[in-house]
Amino acid sequence: MNIQETYSTLGLSDFEYDRILELLGRAPNYLELSLFSVMWSEHCGYKYSRPLLRRFPNSGPNVLQGPGENAGVVEVGDGWALAFKVESHNHPSAVEPYEGAATGVGGIIRDILAMGARPVALLDSLRFGLLDEGRNRYLFREVVRGIGGYGNAVGVPTVGGEVEFAPPYSGNPLVNAMCVGLIRTENLVRSRATGEGNLVVLLGSKTGRDGIHGATFASDELTEESESKRSNVQVGDPFAEKMLIECCLKLLEEGLLVSLQDLGAAGITSSASEMAAKGGVGIEIEADRVPLRESGMEPYEVVISESQERMLAVVEPDKADRVLDLAARYELVGAIIGRVAGHGELRVKSGGEIVGSVPAEHLAEAPVYERDVVRPSYFDEVQDLDLANILEPGDYNEVLLQMLAHPNLCSRRSIFEQYDHEVGADTVVLPGADAALMRIKGTKLGYAITTDGRGRHCYLDPRSGGAATVAEAYRNLSCVGARPVAITNCLNFGSPEKPEGYYQLAECIEGMAEACEALGTPVVSGNVSLYNETEKGSVYPTPVVGMVGVLEDVSRHATPAFKREGDIVVAIGKGWRTSLAGSEYLEIVHGKAAGRPPETDLAAEKEYSDLVRRLIADGLVDTAHDVSGGGEIVALTEMALAGGLGLHYEEVEAELLIDGDGGGRVDVGLFGENGISFLIAVPEEKWDELQRALSDVPYDSIACVGGDHIKIGDLIDVKLSELRKSYERDLFGAPGGAEVSH
Amino acid sequence: MKIGVTIFPGSNCDRDALHAVERMGAEPVELWHGDADLKGSDAVIVPGGFSYGDYLRPGAIARFANVMAPLEDFARSGGPILGVCNGFQVLTEAHLLPGALLRNTGMRFVCRRVRVRVESTETLWTSSCEPGEELTLPVAHNEGNYFADPATLAELEAEDRVVLRYMENPNGSANNIAGICSEGKNVVGIMPHPERVSDPVLGSEEGMRILRSVLAGARV
Repeated sequence: MNIQETYSTLGLSDFEYDRILELLGRAPNYLELSLFSVMWSEHCGYKYSRPLLRRFPNSGPNVLQGPGENAGVVEVGDGWALAFKVESHNHPSAVEPYEGAATGVGGIIRDILAMGARPVALLDSLRFGLLDEGRNRYLFREVVRGIGGYGNAVGVPTVGGEVEFAPPYSGNPLVNAMCVGLIRTENLVRSRATGEGNLVVLLGSKTGRDGIHGATFASDELTEESESKRSNVQVGDPFAEKMLIECCLKLLEEGLLVSLQDLGAAGITSSASEMAAKGGVGIEIEADRVPLRESGMEPYEVVISESQERMLAVVEPDKADRVLDLAARYELVGAIIGRVAGHGELRVKSGGEIVGSVPAEHLAEAPVYERDVVRPSYFDEVQDLDLANILEPGDYNEVLLQMLAHPNLCSRRSIFEQYDHEVGADTVVLPGADAALMRIKGTKLGYAITTDGRGRHCYLDPRSGGAATVAEAYRNLSCVGARPVAITNCLNFGSPEKPEGYYQLAECIEGMAEACEALGTPVVSGNVSLYNETEKGSVYPTPVVGMVGVLEDVSRHATPAFKREGDIVVAIGKGWRTSLAGSEYLEIVHGKAAGRPPETDLAAEKEYSDLVRRLIADGLVDTAHDVSGGGEIVALTEMALAGGLGLHYEEVEAELLIDGDGGGRVDVGLFGENGISFLIAVPEEKWDELQRALSDVPYDSIACVGGDHIKIGDLIDVKLSELRKSYERDLFGAPGGAEVSH
Repeated sequence: MKIGVTIFPGSNCDRDALHAVERMGAEPVELWHGDADLKGSDAVIVPGGFSYGDYLRPGAIARFANVMAPLEDFARSGGPILGVCNGFQVLTEAHLLPGALLRNTGMRFVCRRVRVRVESTETLWTSSCEPGEELTLPVAHNEGNYFADPATLAELEAEDRVVLRYMENPNGSANNIAGICSEGKNVVGIMPHPERVSDPVLGSEEGMRILRSVLAGARV
């Protein structure tokens, strides 16, 4: 192989190779080229996304750590802080779904651990192609098994997330895992290496050949040959990870570490060069001292291996013995593999010789590519939606049943029952609500977490979709009574080297940034996953937002379930911009992803959300739900099914819904989206007080809780038991049972 | 009263159990798997989790841990021991309880709240419950399907040693068994997690009906 073939195979361009020559002032050897290959991949180096990411607001009153560390950290009160981040494992999951998903969970847990925090909650945001294709059913089943297999054993509860199905994800699933960790503010650790002569200690599992060049693999499109790269996917060992968590927390408790970093993409290379670059020092790694699980590994393989369940720590020499003793107590491999040096290089030694040496700062500074943002022409076609061509259905009972049975709207029970969502004994609200709700032991404090994505919306209109994604997360947290504090995000897009992909990325980021500014929720961490493309094209542009919020008193919270017969159901923010554009109804009933969804009114969203949160904190409201996919009627049905209580829509209100919001069309009124924001329910004795509290916003009492039917005027009348049959379906059932409806 | 909680590599409900013991008003004691010492515990909880990664078979490796020898002596001398989930699996592997926990018949991990009935109040861990009392408790397991040969099952039923019974069987368990006890009724193994419902902020304190029984027994 000539040199050009070599660096091309490693994913480096001619330009990048020339840049390496320029930086080094000489030709790199294969090991050095491998270091650049992994560190300059999009996955590690953010070549295309970095200039765009600068648009995000990163600071706020509660932010203790913004982007640049292993996870973002926010203060929540009483000396407690939360570390959190979401990360993708899309490509590995596409070729080896069980291990791909499992190691995705393992990787994000280590990011949180690297901040010194105890991992306390996991969420997973998943997207697949339609379940009528066998391959998609396989990916879905195995990804869920992988998440459960790892998360359950490692002892961190999986408390929430989301799952969505749409054709563009076929063969390229999105598997995003989010982890939240709890830490005392004074115990935060950083990854910066300092102190010439300090030792570099590798903790955890032994190193093998798994995941060589995984980061490079993750920065390319998926092709038929990708399947043959299954060897690039690592194998997870949740037992080792559990020991690693307990060991690292113990080491930190005893004050034995200078800094800590997880090993993820690109293994020792990535971790050591980042630690060195941040500390402005060099690190020497002796490849021969890395404990190996197989023989005959080349030094370059040792330093870029992505073997799982490993952490790198910088330790003062006199504390090294105690560190190694504790590693042994937790049945882990601990080895001194290098030291901090003054020369600023990441230097790899083997057999007493230097086998590679590169300035750490160069590895950490991948070249940056900026593109022109050009509006793609596909919008002209997909944004065009003429309702005159959408036939109104005749039987709305059937439509409601059909929608509730759809994999995008039906119960997630068959998924979340495979995850241990209660280990840790902190889960206040079980899965199925708008956001997961956790308590902090020994305090009155709670925190809520949600993940949200709106791929179809972002495809139809990236900027408004990006903003709506952040707004939805904000609403979901407010529904349970939490004050949103900050977000993490995972940007899942197609190739940025194509104008369409770059435009979607740039515009989604712009929309998200606008919403983050308007809602006061800075971005404190994140991850970029580009090149989510197969031969059939790109996935929907899907930024996933993970938002975290705080409750001063966790016992004052709300859930969607109706709780009492006779409660009055109130819609807040009623009556603006209800639309079928980009709606679930249009997709499920008419097989169309079309139209231009209305732009989110961020000021109004904030006003209504903040109000609902106050009502919950004041103890006035314990039942709340936001209106999202499926519109108002699906949201009401979800509340009824969760509480086992029916609902009677006021006669005159049904007319208002159709004539007002629906503009005369029944389907727009019933299933249109982006109309109202919230539904709440209160007992009659609180009605007067509620009216006073709502005096400044549009609202309407629309229905009464009770009975065992959902009755909407003379349009819909179905028994709850029948609705439940459609809604509570096993998504992993026989193919016939999991068939989608179009 | 001192209540020990064993910690094997891979235990993951140990901290929850220690927290519940504190809420019971007893003194929690950590029992490290490598130390053959119960540290003066008056009762011991073997908590849930994935001891040794559940590799080989749940509980199969943990039974050889150093802490097990004094625990077996403690069992023989009538000391109260409660195995929860993986702890139940460890106790069957150690032959402190009969039978075995097989893979769920649904072939999936199952995490949900289930209704169980207290069948025996003769044990040290159910003495404060009412006979026939119904509790809602969380289960979370992959291998909770209780199995024993017909003679053993008949013996358990005849000797009033079925402690908890599922009202809706989540895992295919024989005779809907959710928990059993030893001949001496001091060693109890249950699949549901009482420690997860031992705090009103989590929506239920029903698990305390079981956990606090051991305090009542101690006072007698």
